[in-house]
Amino acid sequence: MEWVNVLIQGVLLGGLYALFAAGLSLMFGVMRFVNIAHGDFIVLAAYLMLSFVTFMGWHPALGIMAVVLVMGTIGYLGQRILLNRVLGKDILPPILVTFGLSIILQNGMMEVFSADSRRVSSGALDVASISLPGDLAIGAMPLLMFVVALGVLAGLHVLFFHTALGRLLRATSDDAEMVPLMGGNKAHIFALATMIASGVVAVAGIMLAMKTNFDPSAGPSRLLFAFEAVIIGGLGSLWGTLAGGVVLGVAQVVGAQIDAGFQILAGHLVFLLILVVRPQGLFARMKG
Amino acid sequence: MTTAPLTRRKAPVSLIAIFVTIVFLAAAPFWASRGTLNMLMEALAFLALAQMWNLLAGYTGLISVGQQAWVGLGGYLFFALAMFSGLPLLIALPVAALLSGLIAFPIGWIAFRLQGAYFAIGTWVIAEVFRLIAAQFSALGGGSGISLPIDVVKSLATSRGARDMVMYYIAFGLGIGSVVIVWLMLRSKWGLAFTAIRDSEPASESIGIRIRRVKFMVYVATAASTALTGGFIFLQKLRITPDAAFSVNEWSAFIIFIVVIGGIGSIEGPILGVILFFTLRSFAADWGSWYLITLGALAIGVMLVDRQGMWSILKSRGVPVLFKTTRWFEP
Amino acid sequence: MTPHNAFLEIRNLTAFYGDFQALFGIDLTMDEGDTMAVIGANGAGKSTILRTLTGLLPSKGQDIRFAGAAIAGQPAHLIHKAGIAMVPEGRRLFPSLTVEENLSIGASGKRKGPWSLAAIYELFPDLHDRRHHGGTALSGGQQQMVAIGRALMSNPRLLLCDEISLGLSPKVIKDIYTAVPLIRARGTSMLVIEQDIAQAMAVATRVICLQEGRVSLSGRPEDLSRAEITRAYFGLEADEPDTNEPAQEML
Ligand SMILES: Nc1ncnc2c1ncn2[C@@H]1O[C@H](COP(=O)(O)OP(=O)(O)O)[C@@H](O)[C@H]1O
Ligand SMILES: [Mg+2]
Repeated sequence: MEWVNVLIQGVLLGGLYALFAAGLSLMFGVMRFVNIAHGDFIVLAAYLMLSFVTFMGWHPALGIMAVVLVMGTIGYLGQRILLNRVLGKDILPPILVTFGLSIILQNGMMEVFSADSRRVSSGALDVASISLPGDLAIGAMPLLMFVVALGVLAGLHVLFFHTALGRLLRATSDDAEMVPLMGGNKAHIFALATMIASGVVAVAGIMLAMKTNFDPSAGPSRLLFAFEAVIIGGLGSLWGTLAGGVVLGVAQVVGAQIDAGFQILAGHLVFLLILVVRPQGLFARMKG
Repeated sequence: MTTAPLTRRKAPVSLIAIFVTIVFLAAAPFWASRGTLNMLMEALAFLALAQMWNLLAGYTGLISVGQQAWVGLGGYLFFALAMFSGLPLLIALPVAALLSGLIAFPIGWIAFRLQGAYFAIGTWVIAEVFRLIAAQFSALGGGSGISLPIDVVKSLATSRGARDMVMYYIAFGLGIGSVVIVWLMLRSKWGLAFTAIRDSEPASESIGIRIRRVKFMVYVATAASTALTGGFIFLQKLRITPDAAFSVNEWSAFIIFIVVIGGIGSIEGPILGVILFFTLRSFAADWGSWYLITLGALAIGVMLVDRQGMWSILKSRGVPVLFKTTRWFEP
Repeated sequence: MTPHNAFLEIRNLTAFYGDFQALFGIDLTMDEGDTMAVIGANGAGKSTILRTLTGLLPSKGQDIRFAGAAIAGQPAHLIHKAGIAMVPEGRRLFPSLTVEENLSIGASGKRKGPWSLAAIYELFPDLHDRRHHGGTALSGGQQQMVAIGRALMSNPRLLLCDEISLGLSPKVIKDIYTAVPLIRARGTSMLVIEQDIAQAMAVATRVICLQEGRVSLSGRPEDLSRAEITRAYFGLEADEPDTNEPAQEML
């Protein structure tokens, strides 16, 4: 029974990783561009949540809305003002600019919030759990997060496949050069894609803040988890990121069960294994 | 080749400048203070790392943010060999590099399944795997690392002055050697291959395969030489920990910023970058995080203004090219 | 006709791919309602004119006037909004979109006019049954119909067609070209690039011929002889003497 418990924990953790991955995957899908600062933006969202709710004492619901709003705005403006200028055939400039952003964000957050590790408490919810028959107990918080993750992915699905904007985003992913000939403003569409991705990042960051301790240097490993979930799931597949996240989550939780120091390593190793045996990922849709 | 009229040519200014610099650096143990010497050693090691990253990213387009994998592996293998194999230190260093090169074959094979920006992050994952594995070896101190035993250090030379001198000339060899090797490579038929890589990405199938092979070999070669430098760096530090050995900030961020700010895709760029980096650092010793923020902002600025970096700006102002790479093959 | 009243007026157009110059001073004028054919051998620069006109290639500083406004240097999506739509070379449908989505996306610029999904399905009834298929799962001819429909969905005043007959069977070409008068009837002017000279001459009210980035001939089809066209097209002296017969009848 213990292993069933472990498996459930892993799956639930996978929901969070799927959220990490969805933003990264969305930006790559639309713009063929990987944001190295992705993890640092997740941590930035976590600090925003901390500031609004813990420091300023706002109601959590208000805090969540504010974080999503602020992150979305940063995403839209950042794309239009900075990133659109460096996107092109040469992959070095976007990698470098976002690598630079990553360093700036990490050290900026260090200056503002210090290196102390932080957490946003959600009160009784932190420890509540739901007992199931057969000695199984599911933490209320992980379960809630998993449900929210599913909700966000479902929302993205509706957006992509049932709205005019989603149609434009998929078209941009297919052939960005043609989109202006359809009347689409590429700079604006790119910025909207980043805005949506940043909204997802905001939710991911809020969850991170409520789930574990975080500090200014927590971003890079979140980037790596996101990246691994994307590759495991298969490039360009929305629900693939969920599968990728779950595989990664289960691998980590099982690894931790074997040895506490083995949690992250187990996730990386499973990722490398899948890269070797199935480089296109579990549900590939798009070529890298 | 046309037969130009024979004229007596003066040695170009650039050759004189290079020669003077080399002599000046070679004589450093005789004029520099211990602090200066240490700083020069560090700068020369950074120069070697920067030249290698530049070879990889600037000439073959393989952008890695995981070169710390090889710095750290070189350091750890060197420590292991020095402590447990009984090999003399000066032998253990190249052996560690060679072993790293061997390991780079299977690792590269995995990393090459990813392309472009995903390759970059993949190399980072691999470096993390190395770090986490290194932390599992209790013989090498596990997560808290280990120091090189005194008797092992003393086997290099008994007096501290002599040890400094030996270490300095290793650093000198690494720094100058990296420049010379890259220069020679660019003037050989490899230089042509690099031009082909830059000009024709989705070329024909057969060229495509050959390009892949060249890229792979460059990946392995830079891994080995990065490991060699890594071994030296930790010989100089005398202590290694997983976090220091596989630090993404130290061995990727700094190196990448050095190359990019100095000028990617040129031999002069990394040299310029190292000089800038160490100059800035001497001013910014107590800036803390602001120093890193400044570097990050500079790198972003370079990408927005001129992606060829400071060297390209200097060149357009009439500074002569120091290292001609197209002597045999005019483009 | 004063130049300012011209519907489309291009003066001394040049274009470059890196250091390579593809166009050397092209002049082109169209009136509203015209169907202009641009002919010329492979590599003559025909598609390059369209790419510059639509803003796919930078056109800053050039002299291009459309419906009285200078459009050179404007971003492509604004040129599209001004009423120029293109059926690109090789169709370039969006592979992950269905036929209907491909058509709908053409209307992203939200221009008003006679064209709608229903009107497109009326023009190309084949597409109606396949509207939920993937855009690239159709036959070549049907894909071309989607590409044309997608361009029409923006209700353009000027429709640019780049080699719509390429790779299609004569019967399919005929089917597609039967749409041309219907499109014109709804008030759209057309600029078509064709390798099939006979086809071009049959629909065009004006024709220009390009050769290595320069205009080698221009006029009304009925005024041009076959020999003139052959010379302009291939850059060679024609074998037979100039007979001055109208070209359409001979080709
Ligand atoms: N993307 C490109 N890069 C470089 N040269 C190009 C490119 N596209 C076209 N050319 C060159 O420009 C010239 C005109 O091309 P194009 O306008 O496509 O000719 P066509 O008349 O067949 O449509 C040709 O010589 C072609 O080789
Ligand atoms: Mg063409």
